[in-house]
Amino acid sequence: MSTAIEQPTPDSGGLAPDTVVTPTRSAGTRKLPIILGVLTIALAIVLLRSGHSGKTRFQLAVDSDFVQLPDIVVPSGPTAWVMVVISLALTGESVRRMLAHLRQPIWIPIAFAIAWMSGFLSWAAADSRILVVSLLGGAVALAVPLVFGALGGVLGERAGVVNIAIEGQLLLGAFAAAIAASTTGSPWAGLIAAAVAGALVALVLGLFAITYFVDQVIVGVVLNVLVLGLTNFLFRQVLTPNADTLNSPDRFQRLPIPILGDIPLIGPILFRQTPLVYLLYIVVVVVAYALYRTRWGLRVRAVGEHPKAADTVGIKVNRTRYRTILLAGAIAGMGGAYYSLVSVSQFNREMTGGAGYIALAAVIFGKWDPIRATLAALLFGFATNLQGVLSAIGSPVPSQFMLMLPYLVTIFAVAGLVGRSRPPAADGVPYRQQ
Amino acid sequence: MSDDDQPTPESEKPDRTPRSDFDVATEPTEPAEVDTAEDASATPEDRSRSVLREIASGDAMAGVLAVFLAVFVGSVMIAATDETVRQTASYITARPSDFFTALWEAISGAYSAMFRGAIFNYILDNPAQQWRPLTETLKFAGPLILGGLGVGLAFRAALFNIGGRGQMLIAGGAAGWIGFQLDLPMVIHLPLAILVGMLFGALWGGIAGLLKARTGAHEVIVTIMLNYVGYYLLFYALTKEWLLKTPGSVNPKSPPMHDTAILPKVLGDTFNLHFGFVLALIAVAVVWWLINRSTLGYRIRAVGENPHAARASGINVGRTYTVVMMIAGALLGLAGVNQVLGTVSSGVSLDLDASIGFDAITVALLGRSRPLGILAAGLLFGAFKAGGFTMQASENISVDLVLVVQSLIVLFLAAPPLVRAIFRLPAQEAK
Repeated sequence: MSTAIEQPTPDSGGLAPDTVVTPTRSAGTRKLPIILGVLTIALAIVLLRSGHSGKTRFQLAVDSDFVQLPDIVVPSGPTAWVMVVISLALTGESVRRMLAHLRQPIWIPIAFAIAWMSGFLSWAAADSRILVVSLLGGAVALAVPLVFGALGGVLGERAGVVNIAIEGQLLLGAFAAAIAASTTGSPWAGLIAAAVAGALVALVLGLFAITYFVDQVIVGVVLNVLVLGLTNFLFRQVLTPNADTLNSPDRFQRLPIPILGDIPLIGPILFRQTPLVYLLYIVVVVVAYALYRTRWGLRVRAVGEHPKAADTVGIKVNRTRYRTILLAGAIAGMGGAYYSLVSVSQFNREMTGGAGYIALAAVIFGKWDPIRATLAALLFGFATNLQGVLSAIGSPVPSQFMLMLPYLVTIFAVAGLVGRSRPPAADGVPYRQQ
Repeated sequence: MSDDDQPTPESEKPDRTPRSDFDVATEPTEPAEVDTAEDASATPEDRSRSVLREIASGDAMAGVLAVFLAVFVGSVMIAATDETVRQTASYITARPSDFFTALWEAISGAYSAMFRGAIFNYILDNPAQQWRPLTETLKFAGPLILGGLGVGLAFRAALFNIGGRGQMLIAGGAAGWIGFQLDLPMVIHLPLAILVGMLFGALWGGIAGLLKARTGAHEVIVTIMLNYVGYYLLFYALTKEWLLKTPGSVNPKSPPMHDTAILPKVLGDTFNLHFGFVLALIAVAVVWWLINRSTLGYRIRAVGENPHAARASGINVGRTYTVVMMIAGALLGLAGVNQVLGTVSSGVSLDLDASIGFDAITVALLGRSRPLGILAAGLLFGAFKAGGFTMQASENISVDLVLVVQSLIVLFLAAPPLVRAIFRLPAQEAK
């Protein structure tokens, strides 16, 4: 029948590359050198066209540090050129490995990213200073909802349920957190309410996607609209008239961890954050461990890769999927608490502003792996924070292009330009017992 | 890699000989007949059931009940958030009549305000003013129909175009640039602005189609991401004077359109209804012809039904994806043009899409991806929109209620078994 969105055929999951049109040529090995080369040339062109003189100051310490690291002051132009040379060398190494048909190890892109970013920053912040701690620490803070959302997305999709509704889970989480924290006076109650709200969205998703076999992408999109309408409606009708009692939660305060927080550089970045961030560290570790090292994780992955086989060995496919997406929804919902309990201390209309879609991007860019997805979300958080920092020091790069970065990177990722992403085989395919 | 043995799109240039089946594309069977035939023949167990299939094959009863349920939930929300209702509820056992009077007033007040805002304002005396709400409905329906056609056409090729927002923003920005940067006579200026807008929409939609065709990248992800890329591109354009910025202004908004580029009003200056709605009607006719009567439409439907079979029959699936997404982008671009040159001609801004890109998805789903269905669904949701604003102004009930009701209708429509379970109707499979 012509109007139907075809059920994904077993050989292609819900969001998998379409096998009908996917070309065979695997250009995977060639892509890294090309991308590195293009980036290096781009930086060199920028330097040639508008070279900056002067000095760039990288401030590593904050005032309250136990051990004060000295500032690093470097001449802007020469440093940037040195970094271009290093980038070029790394590109050369990657080309050599390509020609020798060797694997491209992960350290090449990481080293390249550090060198390239240092060069770029020393150019962009000439005659100015970069607060390294606030640049990286802010990135971690901004990435919190993205990481929670991405972990929720990873869990759901590993169990075979595509979750476009991360945005809705974040938004309802933020909404519930604001109300619960305001009425009880405790941000922890808000956090629990946020988790419940996220799980509630997941329950509706499961009801339609698992029990009634409705197309999961469509349910996700419609759920986002539903949550948006619902929170906007209740915000105007209920929260705004009763702002004092329902929409003035206590915020999570910064809670430095005694010894870890005193480590120079790392301490202020990672361990002088809010409790929500520490909870995030725990959740990341637990999810990554549980998914790969426990019986539960094996079952979740089995259900997502080959539900029929899982069913054959006695795993209750749909019950496992329900449980997993409820857990995933609770995790994503906790990310929503960031907006109304950490970022600002109230709920606002549409305050997540599309972060759920960035989290979805992190899921895909992170290849459906909790650790990689976390790193991707951190990267996207860094891009957002870098944009803020650069526009504060008056950088020549338009902030819009920095903000565009996560989305562009994801498009490149799904188009196979930066390594191939393969979703779980049964992702997005409802399972009906025979 | 499981797809290593697949031939490349280039290598399967259509072999003309086995195409006899598709040469009769000019005489397609009526989709409706196909539905019923398939419903009768398929056994319920192995029939794969997706949302559009459900909407298409679900019985009319479930559809009516879905709308009823959604409106009921909307009523509950109105009642629950109404101050008088809550006050009277506190002494409901003492004087229940107060509670029910308040309940009735809250709900009937909301829906009669919607009616006054969407169709006919019986409070006013002047007949022209009385019917004015209907023209507002048509004005809101125009871009919804255009957007719904864009999303629905992609659905027919089994593509999910969530990129309506980006396509509208890019197209609106391009049409707006033509609209205020150039000085031309109206006969050239207006068509040029419309065409350029559609072209940019087509390009933006075409990216997703081309990426899918060349690399297999899933269009859902690419179009979502392109929404944001488009948003920030427009944002950037609104900060540069040679693009869209108003000189001397800090607001991200362009100067107003020149009069020669504004869509003329259909019923004179007393009504806001502009030619965008006429364009939408034309688009309905064109898309209907395209899907049901053209060779391309036959290819689109063949690819949507089963891309493997379509490829085996010599259809270039990749090219079809690209073309479909370009047409879909052009249609959504037209919706963006409709906003910039018609509804809000005071200048391009970042919210020019007015969430139509997402509303279009619900319109296409409710309209079962058929042009006439989309026309009806667009009119319904246009009426919701027009009525919603009146409801907000006169009854102080947030217009966002419309979003909730709209999405609930689509959700309930998507799962007739759920609706039947709620109303304890016998399952369809049982008959």
